[in-house]
Amino acid sequence: MEGTDAWTLLAVALLTLNTVVTRSFFFISSKKWTLPAWARRSLVYAPIAALAAVVVPEVVMTQGQLVTTWQDARLFAVAAGASWYYLRKGLLGTLVCGMAVYLPLRLGLGW
Amino acid sequence: MTRWWQDEHFKLGLRDMVSVAPGMAAWGLMTGVATANSGLSGIEVMLLTLLVYAGSSQLAALPLIAAGAPLWVVLVTAFCVNLRFVVFSAHLRNYMMDLPLGVRLFRGYATADLSYMLMIRRWPQAAADAAGRRAQRNFLAGTSLLGWLSWVGANLLGVAFSSSIPMNWGLGFAGTMALVGILCALTNNPLRVVSLLVAGAVAVATMALPLRLNILVSIAVAVAICLFLERWLPPAPSDEEGA
Repeated sequence: MEGTDAWTLLAVALLTLNTVVTRSFFFISSKKWTLPAWARRSLVYAPIAALAAVVVPEVVMTQGQLVTTWQDARLFAVAAGASWYYLRKGLLGTLVCGMAVYLPLRLGLGW
Repeated sequence: MTRWWQDEHFKLGLRDMVSVAPGMAAWGLMTGVATANSGLSGIEVMLLTLLVYAGSSQLAALPLIAAGAPLWVVLVTAFCVNLRFVVFSAHLRNYMMDLPLGVRLFRGYATADLSYMLMIRRWPQAAADAAGRRAQRNFLAGTSLLGWLSWVGANLLGVAFSSSIPMNWGLGFAGTMALVGILCALTNNPLRVVSLLVAGAVAVATMALPLRLNILVSIAVAVAICLFLERWLPPAPSDEEGA
């Protein structure tokens, strides 16, 4: 497995290009354009949907399968973090509170 | 004229990022560990770490690269995982168009989830005047710079100490928790909550699709349902409209 090969370097270069293109996608072209009304309305809901599509599976799935037990540290961590957010509003508190629940459950109880 | 790094908005961006940077750093650390343990050579690991700057697509691509999957499979998968940035870029367009193309591409590259989310939390819409947009971009420069430093720094630490940091500590979950905080911050309207729940459920239900196409399907279904429900539920306020 050791040893650098051109194929992998090409893959890394194209992955970098992928980051540039996806993050700049709609402002690469400087041509004037206006979005149709439905697309403008879509942008109200699409960002949270796009983020949820990445985050939710990371919380409730393991190896491509939905968790079947409630003894999963992630579920409690998200519940704790979200509660903190709605009570106190701080992002750092949400993160710290979630990890404070997650790590003991995972390392202590093996959930 | 004050330079961007002296601007109060740049400093404000740094301050806002401090509150989520620990999550980004912990996630970066574990991504570094995973990258170092993936069987790639030292040079490949370093290049991947320094250049790609997209944790979730990096983690999705790694096993494919290690397994020698066809290049197009690696790329389409990474593109689908990054689809949320395509959505964000449509929103960011109005903040960015004052800049020349090369700078836009660089600023786009540097704008990861957290820096985008922190900015739209403060300014859901691009300012009407050029000075206002410059201030917003300075803020974005602050969040992006600190985000990049904590991500790449932690990534390198992870690579360096990959043999002594076991994956099963689950520190990488801190990245997910940072994004959970952002999701909570975006749920300021009933239909946005619907969007979150529908997209999450569809993403889980369609996980078996190849190339992470489940993300594309989730966005499409969630947005379609929200646009349909707008007839009965209060739409998200118009001052939040992107583009």
